[in-house]
Amino acid sequence: MAQAQAVTETKAQPIGLLRVLGPGHVWALGVGIVLVGEYMGWNFSVGKGGALGSLIACWVIGLLYTCVAMIDSEVTSTVAAAGGQYAQAKHIIGPLMAFNVGLYLVMAYTMLEAADALIVGDLVVALAAGTGVEGVDPKPFVILAISLLALLNYRGVLMTLSVNFVITAIAFLAIVVFFLSVEPWNPGAVLHHADLLAGLPYGWLGVVAAFQFGIWYYLGIEGTCQAAEEVRSPARSLPYGTMSGIITLLIAASLTWYVAAGLLPWEYLGQAITPLYDAAQASGSTGLQVFLFIGTLFAASASANGCINDAARAWFSMGRDRYMPIWFGAVHPRYRTPFRSILFLIPIAVSFAFTGLLDQVVTFSILSGLLGYTFMPINMHLFRKRWPLGSIERGYVHPFHPLPAIVLLVLCTATFFATYLGYGVQLLAMMSFYIVASLWFAFHRYKYVRRGDQFTMPWPRPRGY
Amino acid sequence: MIVWTLLEWLAWGASGLILAWMVADALRVSHDYDEDVLLSSREGEMIMDEPHDAA
Repeated sequence: MAQAQAVTETKAQPIGLLRVLGPGHVWALGVGIVLVGEYMGWNFSVGKGGALGSLIACWVIGLLYTCVAMIDSEVTSTVAAAGGQYAQAKHIIGPLMAFNVGLYLVMAYTMLEAADALIVGDLVVALAAGTGVEGVDPKPFVILAISLLALLNYRGVLMTLSVNFVITAIAFLAIVVFFLSVEPWNPGAVLHHADLLAGLPYGWLGVVAAFQFGIWYYLGIEGTCQAAEEVRSPARSLPYGTMSGIITLLIAASLTWYVAAGLLPWEYLGQAITPLYDAAQASGSTGLQVFLFIGTLFAASASANGCINDAARAWFSMGRDRYMPIWFGAVHPRYRTPFRSILFLIPIAVSFAFTGLLDQVVTFSILSGLLGYTFMPINMHLFRKRWPLGSIERGYVHPFHPLPAIVLLVLCTATFFATYLGYGVQLLAMMSFYIVASLWFAFHRYKYVRRGDQFTMPWPRPRGY
Repeated sequence: MIVWTLLEWLAWGASGLILAWMVADALRVSHDYDEDVLLSSREGEMIMDEPHDAA
């Protein structure tokens, strides 16, 4: 009787996402998505620019992402809505920009999720090979990883990001333990930078080319914004979580480079699939190998988990605003999650993963992310111009405006150039896709949008209007 | 090898069960609840942690 009454009452009440998260969950979301990039992928920058070129890319792209984190922290502390940068673009620039940013987010996270699942599958195959069994099919383990993490996301955001916090912390701890175990205070004992660093083998053009893969160190930290509608205190939690996240990643990236570049020759490092695990093997410690294997598995799982969370929120927000069919804007009455968006994106992620083309999938993810970063300086400029400091309450005000926005725009341009050098066809294909999608939105879809309903923030009229 | 073949089949089976459960749950919720209620979420609204219903 009481149960039936509870159901009836819930059926009558409006339901939405729950505000149950704290700064730690925001940290787990941002760092969790990214940390797999420390375990693999970043090292292709070594192949482009040598070990030193990779270090320069690590810090230059680190600067790019620090600007992203600062700008995001300020804007999203005022736009407490799921969808993150999509909601920001909608309120600050306009519907067409918002539609594009929403698509960038969904594509970037879904493809990254597929890449993470591919990595999990490859790890299981490697484990089987380690026991002497060859020819294990990775596909069932890929789909199992996606299914399990989607189930976690389906059943609630608090458990999802609590799990992410634990496995991300373990993966980060593995990097720190690895760094300490190779005696960084005793150069030449285990690490051999003096012998292994070979200057800039391809000159400064190689360094610029390395920027494209330097993105792997940090890709996804901007995903913290997607939690905006589910944190208890957006103005406090989002800046704390995001800024502590980028600090964590800058430390993890530098430690990773230092250890790997001191143990492996750059010619090998530049094409390795699992560089950190290979470096652990080179150290000769079985315990470290096991720890790094677990770290890699946890990092890939945490990344896929966060990507499912973020892609679903972006898709859900677009559905809720009718940028996509409103059917996707449904919230589960019990678990308070965007359950239809989570379900809808599963087959898309699985189909990307089943292609097996890890580098292509990640390149498309990086390109979508990069397009999103290029929108941010424009967004920041208009935000400060239309709503100057003091006109609305901000949870965080980033310093030195407009310098971070200018630096971000310059570095995005340089990274586009670097990407064009390596993946020009993919870049043009991606741009064409977004142009066609924009035409579809402008000439077909936008007529379904209820224009007045989509602006929800209680802000004053923008300056100049 | 037989252990890994078994694990492959277990992974396929577990994935199928998980996906089937999610689809079944989504269909059940869509059937039991009015669409207006499921779509009643509003951007940025403050809904703090509260007891879940027992549906």
